[in-house]
Amino acid sequence: MTATAGRVLRQLTHDPRTIALLVIVPVLLITLLRYVFDGAPGTFDATGASLLGIFPLITMFLVTSIATLRERTTGTLERLLALPLGKGGLIGGYALAFGAVAVVQSALATAVSVWLLGLDVVGSPWLLLLVALLDALLGTALGLFVSAFAASEFQAVQFMPAVIFPQLLLCGLFTPREAMHPVLEAISNVLPMSYAVDGMNQVLQHPDITGDFVRDIAVVAGSALLVLCLGAITLRRRTP
Amino acid sequence: MMNYEPGAAPTTPTPQPSPDTPPPPTSAIAARGLTVVRGGRTVLRALDFTVPSGSITGLLGPSGCGKTTLMRAVAGTQAKVTGVLDVLGHPAGDPALRPRIGYVTQAPSVYTDLTVRQNLDYFAAVLHPGRAHRAARREAVARAIDDVDLTTRADALAGALSGGQRSRVSLAVALLGTPDLLVLDEPTVGLDPVLRRDLWDLFHRLADRGTALLVSSHVMDEAERCHRLLLMRDGRVLAEDTPDALRHRTGAATVEEAFLHLVDADRADERPAATTAAPLTSEEASR
Repeated sequence: MTATAGRVLRQLTHDPRTIALLVIVPVLLITLLRYVFDGAPGTFDATGASLLGIFPLITMFLVTSIATLRERTTGTLERLLALPLGKGGLIGGYALAFGAVAVVQSALATAVSVWLLGLDVVGSPWLLLLVALLDALLGTALGLFVSAFAASEFQAVQFMPAVIFPQLLLCGLFTPREAMHPVLEAISNVLPMSYAVDGMNQVLQHPDITGDFVRDIAVVAGSALLVLCLGAITLRRRTP
Repeated sequence: MMNYEPGAAPTTPTPQPSPDTPPPPTSAIAARGLTVVRGGRTVLRALDFTVPSGSITGLLGPSGCGKTTLMRAVAGTQAKVTGVLDVLGHPAGDPALRPRIGYVTQAPSVYTDLTVRQNLDYFAAVLHPGRAHRAARREAVARAIDDVDLTTRADALAGALSGGQRSRVSLAVALLGTPDLLVLDEPTVGLDPVLRRDLWDLFHRLADRGTALLVSSHVMDEAERCHRLLLMRDGRVLAEDTPDALRHRTGAATVEEAFLHLVDADRADERPAATTAAPLTSEEASR
């Protein structure tokens, strides 16, 4: 597992532009958001905290789906599966590597938001980081899973709006989930991103760890684990 | 293909399998009634063949005849395989075989965004994980890079190498675990004559160490460098013999001629069904 994680990170080090984009773009976007809501600091607090949870999910989804698709199309996946490597080791390695990238990405975005942009967090910023990390793992898991259904990079990129955007619209970022049509609210109740955003808001509003927060991170972590297992099923040692 | 006088050849003649060292009788691969279906099409039809250990078996045939499918079946990556296929004493695809087989696909399967050494380091770590094996891994990586003659390019990105160099990286990965069976799909495509000769020398050294090699090629002059040949056509094995015996049997001067002879005989066998039908269509006549 650590061998695979090390290899994935080593691949990234040969691609400094991707690292720069991964780390700097969320910071720039959250800064932009701060000045968009210049006249309404309360709105920036709520939306900013939600976005700190959503960025890692989206970027890790994109990075992982393309990376694993490349493994499938270049034959390295077939080669690895013909070697004595467990599927769990391969998937765990990816989760570990992109989890590490997500920690750096989220730490920087959170630090800039809290200290430079005046994001008003009542709870501990460490908890924001924890939620962000779990979101990143969920994004990695989803990316790994959908890459099995993509035959090309074009298709893989299209899965981003297909899988992520509905969750984005229903997660409570644009309008509180309680205010939605009951059908939509019910759907949002089974989408993991809703809990990611809710977890962020719990930290934002409460000084201590709340029961809802524990439920939120449990749901996000559980969903990530479930989708990772589904992803493992899509890795076949024998292919037609 | 060109036939030239041995004296006129500018390069050193490549080693021929010496007739006084017959391959050991144990078989690395044994197939009986091996059948593979891909996308509803039967690609391999009830094949029977053996590949002895400690020798080089060439797999020859026109493209599309099922060479790659056969190799994938042996490597255990092909789905829908029926019949008996024993590899090193286990059914093909058995987990116990994974560290013992080196399989090199036709397209090089390495990470283009890692250096040669980083690629090999990673695959070595997959084969022999753990800190305890670190020294052994470093040695295996250095030896594999040396075997494929890439020592001077070891720290170059695989993506920056030429096609032939990249396929040698892919070959080096397969050499890492000193496998008992090497399955090589067209390993010499795109290589210059000197490199091809060096690689075949390497294959012979590996066979001398006891490794079984199954090497596909559609370059017939490489057939002469194999101990044994499997000639395939249209999902079937046309012949299974030593190059000498094949030439002798068909009265041909080269393996290429022998192969063409066998293909023609095979076509003639198919003909009786067609002779009762209409005369040659213009399409067939133009062939």
